[in-house]
Amino acid sequence: MKAEQKPELPPRGTVVLEARGVVKRYGHVTALDGADLELVAGEVLAIVGDNGAGKSTLIKVLCGAVVPDEGKVLLDGVPVHFRNPLDARKLGIETVYQDLAVAPALDIATNLFLGRELRRRGKLGSWFRLLDKSRMRREAQREMDELKFHLPSIDSAVEKLSGGQRQGVAVARAAIFARRLVIMDEPTAALGVRESGQVLNLIRTIRDRGLPVILISHDMPHVFEVADRIQIMRLGRRAALTTPQRHTMSEVVAIMTGAAPGDEQTSPV
Amino acid sequence: MRLGSVPSVKLLPTRDKGSAVGGPSRTPESARTSWVRQLLLKPTFGPLIVLLAFCAIFSVATRTFFAAGNLSLVVQQSVIVGTLAIGQTMIILTAGVDLANGGIAVLGTIVAGRLVVEQQNPALSLLFALILCTGFGLVAGVLVSRLMLPPFIVTLGLLGIITAITRLVAHGGAFPVTDDLLAWTGNVFALGDTSITYGMVIMFGLYLLVWYLLTQTAWGRHVYAIGNNREAARLVGIPVQSRLLSVYTFAGLLYGIGSWLALGRIPNADPNALQNANLDSITAVVIGGTSLFGGRGSLWGTLIGTLIVSVLRNGLTLTGIDPLWQDLVTGILVISAVALDQVSKRRQR
Repeated sequence: MKAEQKPELPPRGTVVLEARGVVKRYGHVTALDGADLELVAGEVLAIVGDNGAGKSTLIKVLCGAVVPDEGKVLLDGVPVHFRNPLDARKLGIETVYQDLAVAPALDIATNLFLGRELRRRGKLGSWFRLLDKSRMRREAQREMDELKFHLPSIDSAVEKLSGGQRQGVAVARAAIFARRLVIMDEPTAALGVRESGQVLNLIRTIRDRGLPVILISHDMPHVFEVADRIQIMRLGRRAALTTPQRHTMSEVVAIMTGAAPGDEQTSPV
Repeated sequence: MRLGSVPSVKLLPTRDKGSAVGGPSRTPESARTSWVRQLLLKPTFGPLIVLLAFCAIFSVATRTFFAAGNLSLVVQQSVIVGTLAIGQTMIILTAGVDLANGGIAVLGTIVAGRLVVEQQNPALSLLFALILCTGFGLVAGVLVSRLMLPPFIVTLGLLGIITAITRLVAHGGAFPVTDDLLAWTGNVFALGDTSITYGMVIMFGLYLLVWYLLTQTAWGRHVYAIGNNREAARLVGIPVQSRLLSVYTFAGLLYGIGSWLALGRIPNADPNALQNANLDSITAVVIGGTSLFGGRGSLWGTLIGTLIVSVLRNGLTLTGIDPLWQDLVTGILVISAVALDQVSKRRQR
């Protein structure tokens, strides 16, 4: 939670998270059919795909919400087996969910540390379980400043914030506690244009601080605005891996829908 | 106010300069004056004003109200519902409700009263009653947290079951309690010229303890968060089920202590006592400004709400007004409190 407690971030370009040949079936439906993914340090990797292309299942595998039938997930090259989201979180993977996962009546600092409250040092904390409210407020304020996300007051209730600011709180919470990477599932889906801008800025700030981000989004302009690389999913596997510079939005949509061939479509699984 | 240390009122610097985001912006002036607003917005402020107003009215209207002896009586009359309302507050904060609390407390009095007659061991009788009440809290907690049943239905069903058990145990009679330990909470000591019962001390002690748990520990924050947005609480990793279980079980223990206080107040274990205690405790919680939707409210508000009802009853009796008016005024207060809660909620949207 403190910057100095964070382990050394990997140098830019090394693979942080990797999925190889992941298969997930729900009865007769194959949601993932040998999907691959590599997340490189220091990047925002966007995952796009039509409905049912397998992007949310892949994300659920990566954040521990779904256990795959086949295939491997490697974190820093080491195979990991997540049974639930808590397992993934313990290894430093934080997820921001589409619906605003905040408690509106509680203040910003409380929300940031919800479920991970800091206690006083010494007997007051260990015996009397006394919260260290001032330390949480201080650290929450500092993190918000570092993320350049300005809010009226760290003490104001989240329900007094706009939708974008609320999502900002959820994103900031992930950024504060993530040690390896942040996964964001449609973080701008519920937001207006300006508010989305705030959240996209936040995503860039997180990447610039050294944490790689996996971004799932339906919104092509948002993807092209922040993504360093774009993984296009189709029929449960990766159809193409590209960059906003290499393909245009309409080309990406064409690959998504199968109108244009992806570069990996013929690759054996 | 530490707000003054935040110099910038700008939101995130977006590229289009003219974009003012719809969030609240704060000028330095409003930050400086906002401690007054902060005080006014405190959920306990309104109930406190109501309590003080009633006290003032009755102090003027009667000569007997504002006397140490009478004020002590007002508090004594509120210890049972006041203690049950602590458990009720915790449960309502999780967006639940408890209709069985009075029933559990009555069962506690009957079991302790009968055991002490038959076994001649007051300490064990009391302990057994406490464990039994805690056990029923645990049962409610398991049904609510594990089986995901609605708290209203669970506690309504439990109320029926517990009332039946109480009558079976009581064999249709009441148990006069002569034992010193069981009636100890009614004993009085003097503080100046005010007489204080040990029951009052226990109740205030419990308020302090639960206030601490609710506001100064992570457990309390989880209770609020679960009531406020259960899904969010789950997603951030709060063990929702075990927190709910602990709330209901702890509430059961408080109801057990409530039955001890009841024996001290009226040393007669009567299966027909405390018939309306469940609704009275909800009344106290609601008048105290805690939202029935969960996640907002304060325990001190509940104490104030309990005292408001008690002051009203006492004051109307002293002024010679028909006590039926008490129910009428209480009803108005309940509806006003919920209406205020709704209005303030709608304004925040």
